[in-house]
Amino acid sequence: MNWFINGEFKDPKAGLLGDSGDKMWFKCWDEISNLSFKIHHQYYQFIGSKKVCKSWWRKLLFSWIIGWTLASVSIFCYMSSLATEKRKETLSSMCDERARMLQDQFNVSMNHIQAMSILISTFHHGKTPSAIDQETFARYTEQTAFERPLTSGVAYAVRVLHSEREQFERQQGWTIKRMYTLEPSRIQEEYAPVIFAQDIVSHVVSLDMLSGKEDRENVLIARRSGKGVLTAPFRLLKTNRLGVILTFAVYKRDLPSNATPNERIQATDGYLGGVFDIESLVEKLLHQLSSKQTILVNVFDTSNQSYPISMYGSNASNDGLEHVSHLNFGDPFRKHEMRCRFKQKPPWPWVAITTSIFILVIALLVGHIFHATVNRIAKVEDDCHKMMELKKQAEAADIAKSQFLATVSHEIRTPMNGVLGMLDMLMDTNLDVTQLDYVRTAQASGKALVALINEVLDQAKIESGKLELEEVQFDLRAVLDDVLSLFSGKSQDKGVELAVYISDRVPEMLIGDPGRFRQIITNLMGNSIKFTEKGHILVTVHLVEEVIDSIEVETEASSKNTLSGFPVADRRQSWKGFRTFGQEEPVHPFSDSINLIVSVEDTGLGIPSEAQPRVFTPFMQVDPSISRTHGGTGIGLSISKCLVGLMNGEIGFVSIPKIGSTFTFTAVFASCSSSSKEYKSQQINSQSNTVSSEFHGMRALVMDPRPVRAKVSRYHIQRLGIHVEVISDWKQGLSIINKGDSAIHMVLIEQEVWDRDLNCSDLFINKLEKIGHGTPPKVLLLSNSVNSSSGNVTTGACDLSIVSKPLRASMLAASLQRAMGIGSKGNPRNGELPSMSLRNLLLGRKILIVDDNNVNLKVAAGALKKYGADVVSATRGSEAIDLLTPPHQFDACFMDIQMPEMDGFEATRRIRDMEHNINNRIQFGELSVDAYNNVSNWHVPILAMTADVIQATHEQCQRCGMDGYVSKPFEAEQLYREVLRFFQ
Amino acid sequence: MDLVQLQRQLVDYRTSLYHEGFLDEQFTQLQELQDENNPDFVVEVVSLYFEDSERLLNELSKALEQQIIDFKRIDAHVHQLKGSSSSIGAQRVQKLCIVFRNYCEAQNVEGCLKCLQQVKHEYSIVKTKLESMFQLERQILNAGGSVPV
Repeated sequence: MNWFINGEFKDPKAGLLGDSGDKMWFKCWDEISNLSFKIHHQYYQFIGSKKVCKSWWRKLLFSWIIGWTLASVSIFCYMSSLATEKRKETLSSMCDERARMLQDQFNVSMNHIQAMSILISTFHHGKTPSAIDQETFARYTEQTAFERPLTSGVAYAVRVLHSEREQFERQQGWTIKRMYTLEPSRIQEEYAPVIFAQDIVSHVVSLDMLSGKEDRENVLIARRSGKGVLTAPFRLLKTNRLGVILTFAVYKRDLPSNATPNERIQATDGYLGGVFDIESLVEKLLHQLSSKQTILVNVFDTSNQSYPISMYGSNASNDGLEHVSHLNFGDPFRKHEMRCRFKQKPPWPWVAITTSIFILVIALLVGHIFHATVNRIAKVEDDCHKMMELKKQAEAADIAKSQFLATVSHEIRTPMNGVLGMLDMLMDTNLDVTQLDYVRTAQASGKALVALINEVLDQAKIESGKLELEEVQFDLRAVLDDVLSLFSGKSQDKGVELAVYISDRVPEMLIGDPGRFRQIITNLMGNSIKFTEKGHILVTVHLVEEVIDSIEVETEASSKNTLSGFPVADRRQSWKGFRTFGQEEPVHPFSDSINLIVSVEDTGLGIPSEAQPRVFTPFMQVDPSISRTHGGTGIGLSISKCLVGLMNGEIGFVSIPKIGSTFTFTAVFASCSSSSKEYKSQQINSQSNTVSSEFHGMRALVMDPRPVRAKVSRYHIQRLGIHVEVISDWKQGLSIINKGDSAIHMVLIEQEVWDRDLNCSDLFINKLEKIGHGTPPKVLLLSNSVNSSSGNVTTGACDLSIVSKPLRASMLAASLQRAMGIGSKGNPRNGELPSMSLRNLLLGRKILIVDDNNVNLKVAAGALKKYGADVVSATRGSEAIDLLTPPHQFDACFMDIQMPEMDGFEATRRIRDMEHNINNRIQFGELSVDAYNNVSNWHVPILAMTADVIQATHEQCQRCGMDGYVSKPFEAEQLYREVLRFFQ
Repeated sequence: MDLVQLQRQLVDYRTSLYHEGFLDEQFTQLQELQDENNPDFVVEVVSLYFEDSERLLNELSKALEQQIIDFKRIDAHVHQLKGSSSSIGAQRVQKLCIVFRNYCEAQNVEGCLKCLQQVKHEYSIVKTKLESMFQLERQILNAGGSVPV
């Protein structure tokens, strides 16, 4: 998450903000990266305790939001202050500009008035008589008015002392009048009557300037200072607009610049005054600048600081921004200033607002993402924990379930065996027909129940993954013969033809789990036979390689050319989806593994297409009525599928309603050619091999027009070592026999052929008997019907031996033996085999038996002694440990599990530790091998003796170093199997 | 008494023991273990069983009379009894032992006491039956015949 915070913070830092901002960002960044580091730290430290973590995250989120809100506010302030600053600058520059222009224009006018004062002193006072009269002055001023754009009028007043008044009045022809009242002036020390005036202000002629208060001050200051003096603004007489009067003193002679005021007063001749119309002046100016709209200008006379006098502009009070520029109109006694304001209120600082809101929104979003992420993580963690809990529970439940199933089925099987055994015994007693029927029904139900329990147990084992396949060497053909014989009764009852064909390329012996293979085949065939009322069931076994590039299969597929002549579902469809066939290369041709493909084809009901997808789902049947009419649980196919999966194969099917189904599966077995010595071979069905030698080298004819059936027959006969030729009709048969280059020992004829034309068959038999090559060939009938399954049947003229189908090696051999008159030698009883072998295995072995129960001990000892073992007994685990401390002479130890003080598991564990210790020390040379009977690797086989043989116990046995277990009380077969592993 | 009649009586008696469920096939196996090298094997084992069982039953009675009942110990004893019973094929006793152990697990004193009574009863029956069977066998042997298997 750190990168995220990093990235988030770098961005705003890089752009957008100036210096001051940067500092802030740095600080902020440091703080938050610290914080995030801390949080990281905390997070990992407290990863176990969610609460702390959660509160930390909440704090971080809170501070994040607060921080960013503050940040965006400060951004807003900063940006709006920038805007204000800029506005202020604009205002001040505009204001200054206006002030400067106003001042310049004013100065121009003032200079001109000053120039006019020079003119008057030169031409009025300097000349006698005066060169200027009122008329001249008026004209002149009128014509030069353009040079003084701001003045509305100019007038000249002359200084008249009281002594000169009379003469002056006479000379001018009027009396000096007072201002405002226009009465003749009262007696004063001196007067300043206006003698010249511009036409606009001609009304002021003869008025005494000293009589007006403002004017008098002005005049006095002007003559004292020798500079232009301004009055305070006042309402002009005529226009009633605001104006100021500029007054210049006119002197008799040029005065030095440092002349004292008194000298100046003495030298004064008159006063030149100009009226400035400030309002129009400023207005004109603003017109010129044409930006009247944007700013508001006020001009004030601020000579008296506390009462500034407004000279221009409205008094609209505006609290906004104001800029003040000082004006200098050349009068040192008066101060003026210009105040400017913007007309409009400052616009909203949209940029600042949007920027800050934008940042805030981003920050909030990021915060939200954090929040959501943290919540999500917390939730996922919680879920994960929950799931773990649930998983544990589920696993525990699963284990419990399989344990339960194993235990329960074990517990049910035991009494069921009792029930079945009793029923068996009951059947041997004298029962009437009804009773016998009841007992049969009871027995059948019991058997069905046991079968169901076995299936359920299998399913449970498969589901819990506890089912492991055996790796033993077995004869596939024998297994299939077995299965065939299992179903032969049923098939004969139903009149369904049953056949097995195994390709020649399938090796004799394979390594795998014959029991499970058999189970699959039995399941499939069981289903087939359940749903087939007529026709046939054909099991074929090929190598996968063979099928992939087999033309044989192609030709065979035509619908009429089947075993029984009924159409079948095309079996190639059933393996369409197989992975094996999708591969380009046929599976590892050089490896040891053998890929078998097995098809079970029937001409039964077929599976309705809507039920086809759930065929392999456990407990699923086509519809509930099926289980009533045909029985079964619907678990068989699902188990088969699992088993096929365990054999690295696949299962598939094709089914056409009313025509039949074909199930096909593949399975991978190991070939036993390379490592046959390591595997114990199964002891079943050695008869067929022993018998085969008797027929070796014989020749037989099989007469059958149907190639598939003929192929099956040929396969079975060839297994006995008999050379087979297939013929399709009588003529062909006769011609072969007649050729006589090698003797034909037997002719096998399909019953169908035989029955079709009895005359022909009689003829054939007759002809056969007439052929004189030694003994005529024996004629055998291949029959599927049940009524003629055993013994000889007289058909027509001669005796015929019947070979009943389904064909299988042992049956065929027996039939042939009977027919050919070869006596069968007595085979040893099968049951004796383990006990004899046990004797061989156990003879002279020294075996320790540990059991706390004296009776059990005695019985076990007795059992082992019977097989010739040298038995030593012990009643405690500790005793066993002492006895089994190397060196010792024991070959094996049988140990009870439940013993007081020290149970079998514990004792075994200690013995194994001890052995391990001694082995190590021998290896490192600490102990000499000689002292330990020259055995450097001590490991005495320890077998558990236990009454309950469930999976869990078995696992525990292995965990504590036991080598196996036998059930108590001993059972010869199991004992043999276990002991065989150690004594060979 | 006629030897043949005795032998028949023994066989019938034995069969009845099986049918009534006093013995099971384990006893047959036991008998199979007896041969020339070990002619008295069955009798030896069964006497050992009697000895052992009587001791265990006594222990059980004592244990159940205690104020504080040690169910673990009782369970161990019953387990022993069950084991030896199954070894000689005394299946009725063995089955009662299973029930007994269930009560033991549930710490049901009443059930345990009831079971103990039943076990004692069953045991005494099977003991009597076995003893009379051995008696018959001895008679046959004394009469110079061989015990039919």
